[in-house]
Amino acid sequence: MYAFKYQKPRSIAEAAAALGKGGDAKLLAGGQSLIAAMKLRLSAPSDLVDLGGIGELAGIEVEGASISIGAMTRHAEVAASAEVQARIPALAGLAAGIGDRMVRNMGTIGGSLAHNDPVADYPAAVLGLAATVHTNKRKIAADDFFKGMFETALAAGEIIVSVSFPVPKRAAYIKFKNPASRYAIVGVMAAATAGGVRVAVTGAASSVFRVAAMEQALAANWSPDAIAGIAVPAAGLNGDMHASAEYRAHLITVMARRAVEAAK
Amino acid sequence: MKISMSVNGKRVSADVEERTLLVAFIRDSLGLTGTHIGCDTGQCGACTVHMNGRAVKSCNVLALQADGAELLTIEGLAAADGTLHPMQEAFRENHGLQCGFCTPGMVMSAVDLLKNHPSPAEDTIRAELDGNLCRCTGYHNIVKAIKAASAKL
Repeated sequence: MYAFKYQKPRSIAEAAAALGKGGDAKLLAGGQSLIAAMKLRLSAPSDLVDLGGIGELAGIEVEGASISIGAMTRHAEVAASAEVQARIPALAGLAAGIGDRMVRNMGTIGGSLAHNDPVADYPAAVLGLAATVHTNKRKIAADDFFKGMFETALAAGEIIVSVSFPVPKRAAYIKFKNPASRYAIVGVMAAATAGGVRVAVTGAASSVFRVAAMEQALAANWSPDAIAGIAVPAAGLNGDMHASAEYRAHLITVMARRAVEAAK
Repeated sequence: MKISMSVNGKRVSADVEERTLLVAFIRDSLGLTGTHIGCDTGQCGACTVHMNGRAVKSCNVLALQADGAELLTIEGLAAADGTLHPMQEAFRENHGLQCGFCTPGMVMSAVDLLKNHPSPAEDTIRAELDGNLCRCTGYHNIVKAIKAASAKL
């Protein structure tokens, strides 16, 4: 990788100041996407600001009818959390299926969301469960957060501090994994939330999206049969060596039905 | 930049370039070449070490991220008198390796696996090993070795 300057701030304020100094600084969370990209020279920041020394950024807290997860909380911690398993098992299950065990020991929810890889899992959780992203500047609702491939609503220098997930009435996440990388070829989070039914699909397009037709059908009747005849059009979906757009369109309905069944 | 950490129970300090990967630090600066670089893209797991008690892929971690950490590499598993760790013994007894290239990573990953799943079923072992690739064995004896070790650990 290209050379860079490195800092390890001890507070969020220090990290924000480090980002604001100009140059082309990037935040380092777990590094599981960023370091890999830098090794391939796909990413070449002038400065890395390592968030690993800021203890207040990690942790899982139950706050009434919500669970708040610190941005630097590792996937393994979310997967193993008794609180998350008890209240939002779909979220614990999703975290347990990210990458592999070593990746889960380093990768973080904040890093995953800020990166917004089209085939990542957490965007489906955030969009499907109507979570709120808390930054050092504001709160961003799930529906406003994901803008496009590797693009989010985060402004330059804005740092994700935590993500709060309201506890749903029922939810499940089913992923059709790429057998080599274990990324989502298609992953669907189906949830009955306090604000209504949400079906969020990742892996299939340039960014996570909701399927309104499935949400309406499930609101009337939460059953796999209710959405058996609903398909997302293949036009606009990803086609690559792993799966054609048509196959992904097919998989969306299959995974959605499995998620609805699993969430009963 | 200066870093210091404990590696296999011993304190080490060094001055490294920011972009030095942990695997390069372990192999080149510390001379601990048991940790292998297989794919260098974070997929094969041959570079697996323990950082602060958890298995990580050292080719995808900066040495700087390990500043202040406790590291355990394959060289640190056996006892000081050379007695093999039960996991190493299980791999030996169950022929869990052929060329041996993936083996340090497999053993380190397996030790971490058993910490989280002390009595794993076979399909749990297979699922939990999905970050470690082996091109020689077809995995059957690796799984047998881990199952055998779980009875002893």
